[in-house]
Amino acid sequence: MKQTAQLLFKNRRPGETVFLKEYERAGGYLGLKQALREMQPKQICELVKNSGLRGRGGAGFPTGLKWSFFPADKPAPKYLVCNCDEMEPGTYKDGELLQADPHQLVEGMIISAYALQADTGYIFIRYAYREQFANLQRAIAEATEAGYLGKDILGSGFSFELHVHGSAGRYILGEETALLNGLEGVRPNPRSKPPFPAVRGLFGRPTTVNNVETLSNIQHIVTGGAARFRDLALTVDGAGTKLYGLSGHLERTECFELPVGISLREIIDEYGGGVWRGRRFKSCLPGGASTPFLTSADLDVQLDYQTLEAVGSRFGTGGVTVFDDRTCMVAATLNLIRFFARESCGWCTPCRDGLPLVAWLLEKIEHGDGTRDDLQLLKSQYSNISGNSFCALAEGAMGPVDGLLRHFEQELVDHIEKGRCPFS
Amino acid sequence: MAELLTAEQIDQFRAHIAHIEHPRELIIDLLRAVQDKHGWVPDEGVELVAGLLGLTPLEVEEIATFYYKIYRRPVGRYPIHICDSICCWSRGGEALAEHLQKSLDIAPGETSADGLFTLLPTCCLGVCGRAPAMMIGRESYGPLNNEDVDRVLAELRQEAQA
Ligand SMILES: Cc1cc2nc3c(=O)[nH]c(=O)nc-3n(C[C@H](O)[C@H](O)[C@H](O)COP(=O)(O)O)c2cc1C
Ligand code: SF4
Repeated sequence: MKQTAQLLFKNRRPGETVFLKEYERAGGYLGLKQALREMQPKQICELVKNSGLRGRGGAGFPTGLKWSFFPADKPAPKYLVCNCDEMEPGTYKDGELLQADPHQLVEGMIISAYALQADTGYIFIRYAYREQFANLQRAIAEATEAGYLGKDILGSGFSFELHVHGSAGRYILGEETALLNGLEGVRPNPRSKPPFPAVRGLFGRPTTVNNVETLSNIQHIVTGGAARFRDLALTVDGAGTKLYGLSGHLERTECFELPVGISLREIIDEYGGGVWRGRRFKSCLPGGASTPFLTSADLDVQLDYQTLEAVGSRFGTGGVTVFDDRTCMVAATLNLIRFFARESCGWCTPCRDGLPLVAWLLEKIEHGDGTRDDLQLLKSQYSNISGNSFCALAEGAMGPVDGLLRHFEQELVDHIEKGRCPFS
Repeated sequence: MAELLTAEQIDQFRAHIAHIEHPRELIIDLLRAVQDKHGWVPDEGVELVAGLLGLTPLEVEEIATFYYKIYRRPVGRYPIHICDSICCWSRGGEALAEHLQKSLDIAPGETSADGLFTLLPTCCLGVCGRAPAMMIGRESYGPLNNEDVDRVLAELRQEAQA
């Protein structure tokens, strides 16, 4: 177990939250000072591009590239929005970060806003994160008091105000255009893209939406440089560290900051303490509820974007949920699909009507009432829904179904042939 | 019936609304404030929010009904959100939900006879490392076994009597 350089969790101590004094004592806001005093906005964008940072909200879009679409020359208002909806099952890293060290996000957002020349920021945070919401409010008040937020920040001429918006519980709000509707106070169905938020975002103005962890990395890239950030990863193409939230059938289910590119085996054995109750590994979701299952054949895969795509899954959000050898994968997939079906916003047919049908088929098979025809129908629903939904929610819902059909079809067949769940 | 918002709160919101370019962005803040004060959002609450923002009640209703944590029907003093998503499921969430139903003698969606508890299955609460978990009001609890649940319920019953 090699020690990993801690950027994001540097100040984390169990049960404690770091506020301004301690944050500054540990080097906080030095990145902001360096950025405002020594760097042009364009230089920061260039640095972020060179750092190889990719969005930590699930889609993995290169952050520097996203920022390059932002129209620097357009007049204010322009918005930087931070996505802390974090409602995908198995994902809790942003909550852990904001519980430990809220100023990291605030500093990261101020530097990012300077790089983008955005004048107003919003942090969109889920209902359940009550403490994190309070931590952010306090951090923003402290930062304003200290002159890091508000007008003419540290005498640089740059001004930025930052608000926190508390949501009221729906997974679809995590989708960036639904989130913008949510902030505006209109019904939060997703918007069609194009136009992309960089062109027409919040209140019709240029907007960039980034994840909490993405934005919290920016000051570390400014102070440490792009090359060092790239070097933190264990893969050639990778960059940075990642917050991995462990859950499911492990001895230790905690959140760790580890290199991008660490192997699944090392995470499970060294950090998760191995599969619980001395049982064997059967499968896992490598990056949240929408990422296709892996099997024991994949234990040596390195956790990074390309490497996980190569084995038919996705890096997603870095939430690793492990299943032991007594888990029924039909039942697990059914649980996941019920989540997506309930959270569907109802806007488009493949999702609104397709997901309940998939749930019904899985339920029938799990209860021992399934037929071969049901299995066929499941497959055809999978291909009917994939690629045909208005937003990525239904696409994500098909992740576990894809994994089930590719790796565990025999389990489906066993349920049908035995007329019962072989695991119960 | 408890007040929807205090006169002071209404004044504060009015001042804020007069001050900003897009008052509608406050719709969730307002609904949440009504709910915090009143326990849930009755029709009168929807009308109050609509009046403050210059919207029709229908425009507020289509937002209020979209969000799961805005209660448009009465709930007990302590709404219990029991997680039914994958991480809690993998560590005994279903059995815990059954235990809650038995202890409170209610089905999901119902309120206990003493009016204290409403049982609401919910998606992932963002505490996957502490599964199985529940959230009562806005306080999360986990990891939980049956005895932990009994203890929490007993404490809240006592709190309600005090
Ligand atoms: C259904 C759905 C839910 C999502 N939930 C989140 C979320 O909770 N947090 C997040 O950062 N991104 C979420 N995303 C991805 C966002 O749409 C967006 O890509 C992301 O916030 C961009 O930030 P990043 O580039 O820094 O990752 C979600 C996407 C979909 C389709
Ligand atoms: S896929 Fe369609 S119905 Fe599902 S959440 Fe997206 S827009 Fe709504």
